[in-house]
Amino acid sequence: MRIKRCKGSRDLLPEEMSRFRHIERTFRDCCLGWGYQEVKTPTLEYLHLFTAAGTLTPGMLGRVYSFLDWDGWSGQRVVLRPDGTIPVARLYIDNMTEQGVAKLCYVTNIFRFEETGKESRESWQGGAELIGVSSPLADVELMTLALDVLKRVGIKDVELRLSHAGLIRDLLQKLGLNPQEQARVFDQILDGDTEALARIESAKPDLGRMMISLLDLKGKSADFLSNLKSTLNHSIPELEAHLDNFARIVALLEATEHNYQIDLTSGRGFEYYTGVIFQIFIGEEKIGGGGRYDALVPLLGGGDIPASGFALYLDHLMRLVTPAAITKPEERNILLRVEPEVIGQGFAAANLLRGAGYVVCTQLTDREPATSRWVLEVRRKAPSFVLIDQTKRKDVALPNVTEVLAALGGGNADQGSVT
Amino acid sequence: MPIKVALPKGRLLGDTATLLKEAGWGLTGYHEKTRLYRLKSDAFPELTAKVFHEKDVPVQVAIGNYDLGICGLDWVEELMAKYPSSALVRVKDLKYGAGILYLVGSESGGTTSLEKLKTRPETVRIASEYPNLAEALALNLRLRQFNIYPLWGAAEGYPPDTADLVLIPGETSGQKFGHDLVIIREVLAFRAFLIANKHSWETRDMSGILDSLDAVLPLINEHPLPLRIDKPAAAGYLKSKEISEDAVRLALPDGHQQEPTVQLLNKAGLQIDDYPSTCGNRRPVIHLDGVSVKVIRPQDMPLQVANGNFDLALTGKDWVREHRYQFPSSPLAELLDLGFGRVKIVAVVVNDLPISDTDGLRQLWAKRPEALRIASEYTNIADKYARDNHLGRYRIVPTWGATEAFLPEDADLLIENTQTGRTLAKHNLKIIDTILHSSACLIGNSRVTPSPIKQKRIESIVAALRTAVKEV
Repeated sequence: MRIKRCKGSRDLLPEEMSRFRHIERTFRDCCLGWGYQEVKTPTLEYLHLFTAAGTLTPGMLGRVYSFLDWDGWSGQRVVLRPDGTIPVARLYIDNMTEQGVAKLCYVTNIFRFEETGKESRESWQGGAELIGVSSPLADVELMTLALDVLKRVGIKDVELRLSHAGLIRDLLQKLGLNPQEQARVFDQILDGDTEALARIESAKPDLGRMMISLLDLKGKSADFLSNLKSTLNHSIPELEAHLDNFARIVALLEATEHNYQIDLTSGRGFEYYTGVIFQIFIGEEKIGGGGRYDALVPLLGGGDIPASGFALYLDHLMRLVTPAAITKPEERNILLRVEPEVIGQGFAAANLLRGAGYVVCTQLTDREPATSRWVLEVRRKAPSFVLIDQTKRKDVALPNVTEVLAALGGGNADQGSVT
Repeated sequence: MPIKVALPKGRLLGDTATLLKEAGWGLTGYHEKTRLYRLKSDAFPELTAKVFHEKDVPVQVAIGNYDLGICGLDWVEELMAKYPSSALVRVKDLKYGAGILYLVGSESGGTTSLEKLKTRPETVRIASEYPNLAEALALNLRLRQFNIYPLWGAAEGYPPDTADLVLIPGETSGQKFGHDLVIIREVLAFRAFLIANKHSWETRDMSGILDSLDAVLPLINEHPLPLRIDKPAAAGYLKSKEISEDAVRLALPDGHQQEPTVQLLNKAGLQIDDYPSTCGNRRPVIHLDGVSVKVIRPQDMPLQVANGNFDLALTGKDWVREHRYQFPSSPLAELLDLGFGRVKIVAVVVNDLPISDTDGLRQLWAKRPEALRIASEYTNIADKYARDNHLGRYRIVPTWGATEAFLPEDADLLIENTQTGRTLAKHNLKIIDTILHSSACLIGNSRVTPSPIKQKRIESIVAALRTAVKEV
């Protein structure tokens, strides 16, 4: 009887794993380079961490993997982490509030139930959180960092879409919607629900029309925002603070010469956020996003501390990375053929070569695939070492491992690169 | 291939029997006093029916043991709340058996509105026979921190001291849950429903059976069924603030253990009024200073004692064991064997299976490609038994009673309690292993330190009961 893998789960095979590691490594290197520190949070957290945060919708919380632990007789449930940001905010409150500003990054798996079982219920994301700073510069740093990662991973034609949760929320509030309704109605509007639109238009005709026209607008410059500001300020002066904030972010972004598009409709699911929201797309596929969430740390009882962050979806990125982007170290692969009597010398030589940056793998059967450029035979009788160059079909007999290393160096071994 | 139908016992049996009679199914033996589980239809030779506890019906239909089923929509929604992709189709509203699931709080507990709940800093404790719906509700209400107590019954007796909220069924209009309890909101209106397994619904022609119901449905009166909600009598009611810190909270069982419990209490010199209650009072008065009594299901006691909601409780060792297997580090302590209510927890298979013990079962199933289906009210004992005996691939089917009817069609092994084994033998079943000998016992919490006064009171109750047990 063959036992299959769990429904909704996924294996990562060697080729996929090398894509995964390539992205993960690049992400981590970038973040460390920007001064972010890596953290890891536990896979299990209390369910009430996520219910207390109030930022995950009931629909989302209804799909978490929750259960009673072996000591859960009080009914307190634990969950497999369904979100990356909330645990990091918890970690910050638990351990780091004294230091004020924290720049944190992580690569983590998150678990959410998906009904069909066709999508993986475990997904991976790389995230960065900037806690304790509320300036537009912080938001732009995060956007730039995210784009930097994607560029270095080798992904092209990235599109950055900007929206602003504060702006959307104020507009909806002006339309007379309470906080509970806001997100739902906004989704309905975006889904083209004409009934929801009609209701709003009839209640507050001027505002309704303005909201609709705002959502239709898409622009690519700070000038666009200035125009928007002068129109809106005139009729809704309360929006000024958010518009100013948005304009300052866009101005900074412009100075970094990143391409972006202002599109308020990209603020779908804005409940999480309080300020700017940025989404990263390749065509119509969303590969990451983030924004400002100043309410989260206070909601978790951590005091009045602002924060913003982003996450990139590794599962999506893995599909987009071209094989060329992943280094192929075959030039530095050596297959070790060793006679049993001299296994000591063989393994010692292999270790020395590994120390010099080569991948040395022992031949165990006759059926091993010849993916390496080099074969090193270690023999009982002289010559002790024979190095075979499979590309040039050339054998060299060598007396010791130092000579082997020299011969490899003379054999273009430096062409490949191990990162 | 026969069309298999799961029919309800209990609350919905009378009206369901009337409906099926009108529809001309000609089921023999489907009535209130039935002892039969398997029924044949005179009108539809391809139809076979089996009678289940109502709560088991949606599970049995969803896992594909039955093509059709009849049960309240409340139990369908309870299943779907946790397992939204269950293979269930809600086919037809049968119009009878109407009720409403209410979220109920209490005046004295200060849980009378959602606004009050949302601003509470403490964890909200919700007790219900519908734990999945309760959890979904708590999430939808965006309660920041909540714990769910799954119950076997008697939820109306929990607020305000043992739980803050209960999710509980009631009448469709004018429902009152007695003194102090306040309906916060209606959560779900339900009636009896015809449900179908999704696969059967998509692949099998059941139109003859469905048509027969359609023809008579308009004749069925829309009326609510009397739901057996016990109303606490005003006289027996005790407000939580009247329970002082030094008062011993004692839980006594409802159901058939009430008689021997009273006898034991009396022998120990403890007099108690209105227990067993004639009017469903869950707070009888004991003639002993500083002791408050509440009557709940014995199955629910271990969890409640572990949580410190009761200081002492009379339950069965089987339920203590069930609790311990789920929560190995529970502070539950067995204080005294009370001697009565003796049952064995046994592993049971059908007589014609050529095995005599668990080893035989394991060897037999090792050769079979399908998983072993284990039906039990004791899911944790069953799980432990299967693990300890290396039963390989197995599935636990949780049940709410009448488990002996599950073999052989709907389960391969039962973990079941029995007094004499006679019922099992009558159903052509045999015992292959005895897992545990159970009897009634007194339990307490080993990690709670009561006040000195309370400690004395607890000790004197335990001593009185110990003496009474010895006299038996």
